[in-house]
Amino acid sequence: MFEHYLSLFIRAIFLENMALAFFLGMCTFLAVSKRVDTAVGLGIAVVVVQSITMPVNNLILHYLLADGALAWAGLPNVDLTFLGLISYIGVIAAMVQILEMFLDRFVPKLYNSLGIFLPLITVNCAILGGSLLMVERDYNFGESVVFGIGSGVGFALAIVALAGIREKMRYGNVPKGLRGLGITFITVGLMAISFMLFSGIQL
Amino acid sequence: MKLFRRFLDRKASLFEKGGRLHAIYFLWEAIDGFLYNQNTQTTGRVHVRDAVDLKRLMITVVWALVPAVIVGIYNTGFQANTVLVGLAEIPAGSWQRDVMLWMGINFDPTCIGTNLLHGMLYFLPLYILTLAVGGFWEVLFACVRKHEINEGFLVTSLLFPLILPPGMPLWQAAIGISFGIVIGKEVFGGVGMNIWNPALVGRAFLFFAYPAAISGDKVWVAVDTISQASPLAQAADASMGMTYSWMDSFLGLIPGSIGETSTLAILFGAVILIATGAASWRIMLSVFGAMGVTSLLFNLIGSATNPMFALGPQWHLVLGGFAFGAVFMATDPVSAAVTKPGQYLYGGLIGFLVVMIRVVNPAFPEGMMLAILFANTFSPIFDRLVIQSHMAKRKRRLGIGS
Repeated sequence: MFEHYLSLFIRAIFLENMALAFFLGMCTFLAVSKRVDTAVGLGIAVVVVQSITMPVNNLILHYLLADGALAWAGLPNVDLTFLGLISYIGVIAAMVQILEMFLDRFVPKLYNSLGIFLPLITVNCAILGGSLLMVERDYNFGESVVFGIGSGVGFALAIVALAGIREKMRYGNVPKGLRGLGITFITVGLMAISFMLFSGIQL
Repeated sequence: MKLFRRFLDRKASLFEKGGRLHAIYFLWEAIDGFLYNQNTQTTGRVHVRDAVDLKRLMITVVWALVPAVIVGIYNTGFQANTVLVGLAEIPAGSWQRDVMLWMGINFDPTCIGTNLLHGMLYFLPLYILTLAVGGFWEVLFACVRKHEINEGFLVTSLLFPLILPPGMPLWQAAIGISFGIVIGKEVFGGVGMNIWNPALVGRAFLFFAYPAAISGDKVWVAVDTISQASPLAQAADASMGMTYSWMDSFLGLIPGSIGETSTLAILFGAVILIATGAASWRIMLSVFGAMGVTSLLFNLIGSATNPMFALGPQWHLVLGGFAFGAVFMATDPVSAAVTKPGQYLYGGLIGFLVVMIRVVNPAFPEGMMLAILFANTFSPIFDRLVIQSHMAKRKRRLGIGS
């Protein structure tokens, strides 16, 4: 059992890295990776949001939405799966809102440097994509906790590495036309090649 | 040589500012710089005085590569000849063999000269092509962006053919070095600015774009109809059985990429690099150390189904590109970590990942190339961690709050 969870965790971080294998959450990934400090903050925020929303969505799916899930309320024939998308995004939005208020109150420095990108985590495809993958793969509650933390950590790792590279590139001499986003896209592509290292591992 | 020097001096005015050929000044400057001492002095207030400059550093690396090049050429010919001598009929379809037949030379694996010649016929076209195509991009970028061409290019273009299998199609090699130089280096600003090792970026591109020509069983010996598993593949598959002795692998008489086979020649290079200080011994040490520890750990764990678990560190050292990568690729001063503790972390990560990938990833029998690229991705973070912790330590010592 433990081995199964461990392999799921490692796969979520490296093999199925949200940013570098699925290319999800690109807007945040590219926009908030200018400085390592901010990237670390955002990475932690993503880990927190991901590891809470995914189990919550899992519970909602299994006890409210799935076919026959409402049997406990005496409605065994109701199938509410069509409400999935809107429920998941609602949970995510609520979670991000709470996180935002928390950061505003206790870590105002990070709150200010994340700026608009904190509320934008709501529409970060990595978060919703994670929940949808969880539904598609039919994870149980335990698996959804592990996958949530793992995919968050993977995203955080990728964004911190990208921020480190971009800080180093500031001393470089990138051609004028490529400065900013252009070179960042190329960098992300090359990072994805280096993450190919793990593709094919059987755990 | 004096005559050529005078010729360069006489024509100098053509290339200097206002001259007719000023657009290709950097080509002229590069030829001058490669052949003679640079005649420039550092202006500006603070600089380190040292007899070792970038030019000498890079040329040292080229010299350190020479043993690996020679043994690699010999081994390429030796492997091909060994296969050919056992065949009833020499397979057609390779101009290298046609040249050998036309010169009336037998494919005799016991003759050193024959082996060297046959290997040369494979290595030289790859090398000349890499120099020409890579040089074209270098000169183009240098002229447009007005930066200098320096000897780092000679290193990259010598490393690149050495990590290709001998029968690599030339057009693919040209695409690979173009990708390596342009996307791996020039878009980041040229020499000294790249994040990943350009030669490895080029190879990784070929590896994923044209896997048939750079992986599998058919490419490691320069006779394209012959299927000959690389020793690493043999080690991974219990049914094949290891057909090469450890000594052969150490000396380099096994199929593989051109320059990577001979661990002995590479260690010669390593001695040169460490003695001259051209490469960091910390990185080499930590790559070797982490490889040893990780493979011993896997030996301890053991596995009934996967024979790679039982492969000892002495085999990991001599098989595949491990030694070549550890000595020449991981130590690239630009893409590696710069701080000393960072270098240990960086090297340790490479050594650990290589064994990991070789043992538990059935998709790739070899892990060195991607392990180094992966560690390159994280080397800025390692440096940052080290610098931050130094800063925190000093602040504590001085009693300044953060």
